[in-house]
Amino acid sequence: MTELPGETTRKLGLVIDLDTCVGCHACVISCKGWNTENYGAPLSDQDAYGAEPTGTFLNRVHSYEVQPDSGPAQLIHFPKSCLHCEDAPCVTVCPTGASYKRVEDGIVLVNETDCIGCGLCAWACPYGAREMDGAEKVMKKCTLCVDRIYNENLPEEDREPACVRTCPAGARHFGDFADPDSNVSRLTRERGGIELMSEQGTRPVNRYLPPRAKDRMAETQTQQLDPVATDLPGFLGWLDRALDRL
Amino acid sequence: MNPAASVIAFTSLSGLGFGLLFWLGLGFPPVTDWVAFVFFALAYLLAVGGLLASTFHLGHPERALKAFTQWKTSWLSREAWSSVATLLVMAAFGAGLLFAGIAIAPVGWLGAVLSLLTVFTTSMIYSQLRTVPRWHQPLTPVLFLSLSLSGGALLAGMTSVAPWLLVLAGVIQCLHWWRGDQALASSGTTLATATGLGSIGKVRSFEPPHTGGNYLTREMIYVVGRKHARKLRVIALLLMVVLPAVLLLLPISHALAALAVVSHLTGVVTSRWLFFAEAEHVVGLYYGERT
Repeated sequence: MTELPGETTRKLGLVIDLDTCVGCHACVISCKGWNTENYGAPLSDQDAYGAEPTGTFLNRVHSYEVQPDSGPAQLIHFPKSCLHCEDAPCVTVCPTGASYKRVEDGIVLVNETDCIGCGLCAWACPYGAREMDGAEKVMKKCTLCVDRIYNENLPEEDREPACVRTCPAGARHFGDFADPDSNVSRLTRERGGIELMSEQGTRPVNRYLPPRAKDRMAETQTQQLDPVATDLPGFLGWLDRALDRL
Repeated sequence: MNPAASVIAFTSLSGLGFGLLFWLGLGFPPVTDWVAFVFFALAYLLAVGGLLASTFHLGHPERALKAFTQWKTSWLSREAWSSVATLLVMAAFGAGLLFAGIAIAPVGWLGAVLSLLTVFTTSMIYSQLRTVPRWHQPLTPVLFLSLSLSGGALLAGMTSVAPWLLVLAGVIQCLHWWRGDQALASSGTTLATATGLGSIGKVRSFEPPHTGGNYLTREMIYVVGRKHARKLRVIALLLMVVLPAVLLLLPISHALAALAVVSHLTGVVTSRWLFFAEAEHVVGLYYGERT
């Protein structure tokens, strides 16, 4: 049934640090790489080498310019994937029960053999987290690498989502938001983690850490140094005075 | 939103078909024998034709039966149940008229209520979506129901009430456009809330995630047709409401009635095309729309 669980035992999700993200898109590539060859249908591309290439991705990085009232603009890279909402509207609209939220860890998944490809869940998601695969015609979304995080065939350090494992800047963190002492709960508390589009009532689990305040370069640059010598001594001083008198 | 032909055909045709079934269920016009057959055949062609068209936009239509399972939460599933129930009940009512020449009134009434319920569930598929502020308003079900009732009355040849129902539908349509035009702005969702960066300053999309399009930009960020939206609104109103209403007030003839129906259907399709093409999904904000 596509009824949402009242409360999930754990709330697995991501913290994305917008202060640290350098916009390298490595998380996009590692996500596509892992998820195209593991759980579920592959993430296909259409016209990959043609004039209008397009394809399925579960994670995409936007870049935004933010202009404060004064001072220089700031460029912020913004990775976006499923936020595994507690009130996930994509789950309740599903007519077949293919979309569901797991009671044990809160991960929102699609049972691809039940998906009729109507696209209503993608319409219901405000974040653009779901994409219909162009080849398989079923809905694809972030699984939080459910086939990595519990996979005992992998070395322990690899048992986290591919995007987190690969991020060279350490801008992505994976953990349990239901545990107040977890790394993600602490980061959210200490850095004021943001909930995206809270007015949409989806209660997303993932949090974004806002960029820290930057140094104000502009103010130091415009300050002029005091002249260190007004009267030059010696020959150059005589020349300066002589030229002034001319 | 992408105005897919299959979904426009589905909502327009089935809306009209269930509208006609509503009036037939109430006993208007009081038909029996082959006249009943013609009316019921028309209603079923429209309703079933529309429902079949809706399966064309499915990625996996062979699994469509699974859509009956989630009626507890999903309006799409409720619509599946409601439409099948309506078609079965009205088939029983129609069989009575056709073969025995009797109208089993309670069955007809039940069918009429179910017909309206089906149109309501269709409208709720769109109206429930908070992500599309233009659709997420109480007037959306009212608009779908009023168009279905007036179109059904037109098809049923009820020249006394149909013009007034058409005018009512036209007024609701104008109100829906008016409210819809302000919906995104009053929804409170902006690029600032979408990124959570509004407290730092003015947010602008600097670079999209990729140079090409994707499923989201094709399905949810459709902007081509908004160019002629104003003209199309006038055309939709003229064809959907004004022309059929005027034709119904003239001395009745089959040719004029057919013209009124064709005009109304063309107008409804135009209005429904705008319903999708003008609807903005909040995910467009992430891609730099409306900032």
